[in-house]
Amino acid sequence: MNFWLELVISLVVMLAVVLTSALVTIYVELKAGSHMQARIGPYYAGGRWGWAQPLADAAKFLQKEDLAPARADRTVYGFAPYVVLMSTLAIFAVIPLGPDLVAANLDLGAYFLLAISSLSVLGILMAGWSSANKYSLIGGLRAAAQLIAYELPLVLAVVAVVIQAGTMSLNGIVEAQQVTLFTVGGAEIALPFILTGQIIGFGIFMIAAVAELSRIPFDMPIAESELTMGYLTEYSGIRFTMFFLGEYASMVGLSAIAATLYLGGYGAPFLPESMANFAGPGIFFVKVAALVFFIIWIRFTWPRLREDQLQSMAWRWLIPLALFNIGLVSIFKVVF
Amino acid sequence: MSKGITFPFPGLFKGMGLTLKTMLKKAPVTMYPDEKEIPVPRARGVISLDADACTVCMLCARECPDWCIYIEGHKEAQEPAKPGGRIKTKNELDRFDIDYSLCMYCGICVEVCPFNALFWSPEYEYAEPRISDLLHNQEKLGEWLETVPKPPALESR
Repeated sequence: MNFWLELVISLVVMLAVVLTSALVTIYVELKAGSHMQARIGPYYAGGRWGWAQPLADAAKFLQKEDLAPARADRTVYGFAPYVVLMSTLAIFAVIPLGPDLVAANLDLGAYFLLAISSLSVLGILMAGWSSANKYSLIGGLRAAAQLIAYELPLVLAVVAVVIQAGTMSLNGIVEAQQVTLFTVGGAEIALPFILTGQIIGFGIFMIAAVAELSRIPFDMPIAESELTMGYLTEYSGIRFTMFFLGEYASMVGLSAIAATLYLGGYGAPFLPESMANFAGPGIFFVKVAALVFFIIWIRFTWPRLREDQLQSMAWRWLIPLALFNIGLVSIFKVVF
Repeated sequence: MSKGITFPFPGLFKGMGLTLKTMLKKAPVTMYPDEKEIPVPRARGVISLDADACTVCMLCARECPDWCIYIEGHKEAQEPAKPGGRIKTKNELDRFDIDYSLCMYCGICVEVCPFNALFWSPEYEYAEPRISDLLHNQEKLGEWLETVPKPPALESR
């Protein structure tokens, strides 16, 4: 197929998938969160169950005046949300939805993921610095400190996966989780990495991922009671919408990474290889939805950590544990 | 809890169980405009006035902490009970308004009324787009009287 045609098709499909899943995630958070707090939540929008609430919210946000503080650095201020959103959208380029359903099958897929997802720190720092607002600045710096602290355990957890899979390509990592480990009564059983020695790594990855998203219990950068809304304080209108969409899209994105690395991606037990391209996206999104729901669930359950508790958790617990995990996985890799 | 090695952060996971259970249960919510909420017994919804019982004694207006009750009246000569008797005066109520934009629903006026002219009604749907419309006059306060529930039966000894 023509290279440019292929590029445009995969771009459009990926954009549609990401934005739809972000809107669905917003809806699920509104609805599930409400029920966790013994309320109904969105009810009237769209006629039934308030399904159109995220769309109505987006329409409302877009109508709002696009304000900027008088002393703001206009260029940086205007550009920051798009940096955050771009870094999120780029994650999806390398996520495989099926053996052939991947926008860019990179040999260094895992490396690309970690590199591109760290770019959002830049956007958040830009937003915090350029807003000319003390809350924004403190929020932006907190976000930078947090994202740097939790990038390390995230990377170290992924290193363990790369060691076990023996490749950095995400397709390769998914295929490594479909290797037959043993047979039970003629059925070939393949297990995802979470069940074959990566349980600690999965835990570290999920904690670090929630911290990367700066969501409760790690939402100090936008802690409402302390910093109004952190680096988002001065934003409104379309730029706020971009931040908002970016937050939920990166929630889906990091869940997609976790599903790919630990839960076997598009693969499922007893799935014939010929079906993988058709059933793959469905299976994959079920796994992603489960992880997204988990993140929403802890948001509505757990309290916020203190800033020093956050740092000590990363540096004193998660990083040593991640290093220990790498050692353990390496030993098992050599022994078996 | 016994000392020694315990599972770390048991409360965090207990909380997750709680939120999950709450999510799966039906939300204890009255869908208000669609289905009406039933006020609790002795609910303080709105104060109603039995104008015939009022003697314009002004106790309610004087005790009101918000000064939201406006009363005006005049004295009227009354026919003597027996022919040739002394002419008595009676207070006639001209105006009795309660400003619900000021009222804080303390119920002191209802408590203090010596002639049982004021009653609590459980009705609560009298929000107005204009704040001046919250001033309920004597006629409107009389209409609320129909919504006052019957007092509970006295306890038998």
